[in-house]
Amino acid sequence: MAALSTAPAGAPAEVPPVPPGAAARRRRLVPYWLLLPGILWLLVFFAAPMVYQASTSVQTGSLETGYQVTWHFATYWDAFREYDVFYLRSLIYAGIATVLCLAIGYPLAYTIAFKAGRWRNVLLVMVIAPFFTSFLIRTLAWKTILADDGYVVTVLDKLHILNVTASLGITADDRVLATPLAVVCGLTYNFLPFMILPLYSSLERIDPRLHEAAGDLYARPFTTFRKVTFPISLPGVVAGTLLTFIPASGDYINAELLGSPSEQMIGNVIQSKFLTVLDYPTAAALSFMLMAAILVIVSVYIRKAGTEELV
Amino acid sequence: MPVLNWVRRHLVVFAGVAALAYMTIPNVIVLIFSFNQPKGRFNYSWNHFSLDAWKNPCGVGDMCDSVSLSLQIAVLATLGATVLGTMVAFALGRYRFRGRGPVTGLIWLPMAMPEIVMGASLGTLFLNMRIQFGFLTILIAHIMFCLSFVVTAVKARVMSMDPRLEQAAQDLYATPWSTFWRITFPIAAPGIAAGALLSFAISIDDFIITQFNAGPATVTFPMFVWGAAQKGLPVQVNVIGTLMFVAAVLCVVVGQLLSRRRKAHS
Repeated sequence: MAALSTAPAGAPAEVPPVPPGAAARRRRLVPYWLLLPGILWLLVFFAAPMVYQASTSVQTGSLETGYQVTWHFATYWDAFREYDVFYLRSLIYAGIATVLCLAIGYPLAYTIAFKAGRWRNVLLVMVIAPFFTSFLIRTLAWKTILADDGYVVTVLDKLHILNVTASLGITADDRVLATPLAVVCGLTYNFLPFMILPLYSSLERIDPRLHEAAGDLYARPFTTFRKVTFPISLPGVVAGTLLTFIPASGDYINAELLGSPSEQMIGNVIQSKFLTVLDYPTAAALSFMLMAAILVIVSVYIRKAGTEELV
Repeated sequence: MPVLNWVRRHLVVFAGVAALAYMTIPNVIVLIFSFNQPKGRFNYSWNHFSLDAWKNPCGVGDMCDSVSLSLQIAVLATLGATVLGTMVAFALGRYRFRGRGPVTGLIWLPMAMPEIVMGASLGTLFLNMRIQFGFLTILIAHIMFCLSFVVTAVKARVMSMDPRLEQAAQDLYATPWSTFWRITFPIAAPGIAAGALLSFAISIDDFIITQFNAGPATVTFPMFVWGAAQKGLPVQVNVIGTLMFVAAVLCVVVGQLLSRRRKAHS
C-alpha cells in the first residue's frame, strides 16, 4: 500500500508517503488549484452578494440620490412589523406542504423501492419526467384542474367537502382557486419530487432480508415498518423535508398563480419590493430575515433529527 | 375475505399509484390543452379541438426566441458548472487539505438557500456595481447555482472509486496524464454526466433567480410563460411544454437502451 498516494477522503487515515522536495510541494498544491475557479465563483457570486445584501439592508437613500450605509436598522423593524403575517403564512404553508409531501411521497418511494420489481426504472422515469415540462406551465395546468366549473370543484361541492374546507377557512365561496388550499396544493405538487428522490435513495439501500428477518421474529408488517424500515430511511426523510421546506418557504410562484392577494407569501413581498417598488433596502432586509429564519429552523431541525450525514 | 386481504396488503401500492397520478395529471392536462382552441386569451378551459398550435408552434410573438435563449444559457451554464464543479469534486473526493470544512460548507449553502434570497442578493450586487443586466448576468447566476449540484453528483462517484486501479496503472508505467484520461476520467464519467444533466434541467427551468438577474431584452422561456400568464396564454406554450417532456423521456429511454446493450456486450 506504500504507493497509495491518493487516499479517498472516506478511507482510514493513511499517511501518504512524502515525495521529496519541489514535487511534494507541487502535489500539495494540486487540490487548491482544482478548487480555485469553482470556489472563487461561489465566493464572488454567492457569498459576496450575501454580504452586499446585508450592507444594502442598512442603507438609506433613493434611486436618484444614491444609497449610503447609515446603519439604519429601523428598516428591519419596520419591515418585520409590516410583513410579519407574510412570514408566518410562508412558514405555515411551507410546513403543511412539507408534511403533505412526506405523506404522499413516502408510499410512492416505498412502492418504487420494494414493490415495483421490473417496473422500478419506469416508475422512476415517471417521477422525474414531469420535471422537464417547465414548472410554470405545470403550475398553470392546476388552474384548469381546479377551475370553478371543473370536475374537481364540482365533485368536491357535490360531496359537500367544500363546505367542510370552507368552515376550516381553507376555501371560500365554493371555489378552490384563489384560496389557501390551492396554494398549498400547488406547493406540494411542485416540490414532491424533491421529497421522493432522497426517500427513494435511502429506502433502496435497505436489504429486503431485514424485512424477512423482522417477519421471522413475528413482527407484524406495521411493526416492521415502524421499527426497521422507517428508522433506516430517516436520513432520506430529513434530506427530503429540507429540500421541500426551504424552497417552498421562499416561493412566490404558487401564491401568485393559484392564490389571491390574501394568500401572498413573503416571497411575493420581496419580489415586488425588488422588481416593482424598487425599495432595495427593504427587499434586502426582508430576504435577510427570511434567510435567518430558515437557517435557525433548519439547524434546530437537524439537531433534533440527529443526522449529520446530509452533505 | 381474500379480496379485502389483497387490498390490505397492497394499500401502500394504491397510495403510491395515487401519488404518481397527482404528479402526472398536470402533464396530461398540458398535452390535452395543446390541442385546444381557447375562446379567450387564456387557455384554461376547453373549447374545441384544433391542430393550429402544433402546425405553427412559433406563431406567437417572440416565444421561440425565448426558447432558444433558454437553450443557449442552459448549454453554457451546464458546460461551465460541470467543468468547475468536477474540479472541485475531485479536490474534495481525492485530496486531504486544509480548509476542507469551509469549502464543503460553501458548496452546501447554495442548496440550502431559497432561490429568492440568492437571486435578490446577486441582483443587488450587479445593481450596485452598475453591471448591465442581460445574457451574461443570467449565465453567471446559473453557473453559480448549478455548481453545487455538479459537485455533489461527481463527488459521490469519485469517493466510491477504488484507488488501487490508478495505482495499478502507475505500476504499469502510465504517466499521471494517461492514468487520468484512461482510468480516472472514464470511471468518474457517469457522475459527471449525471451532474451535467441535472445542471441542464435546473438551468432551463429556472425562473426565480433568472427574474432577478435578467435584463429587459433577455426573456428566457420561463419568463415568457410568466409574462404570458398575466396577459394571455397562447396554446403554443403547451406545445413547447409537451415537446420538452417528450424530448426528456426519449433521452432517458435511449440512455437506458444504450446502457442495457453495453451491459449485454460485456
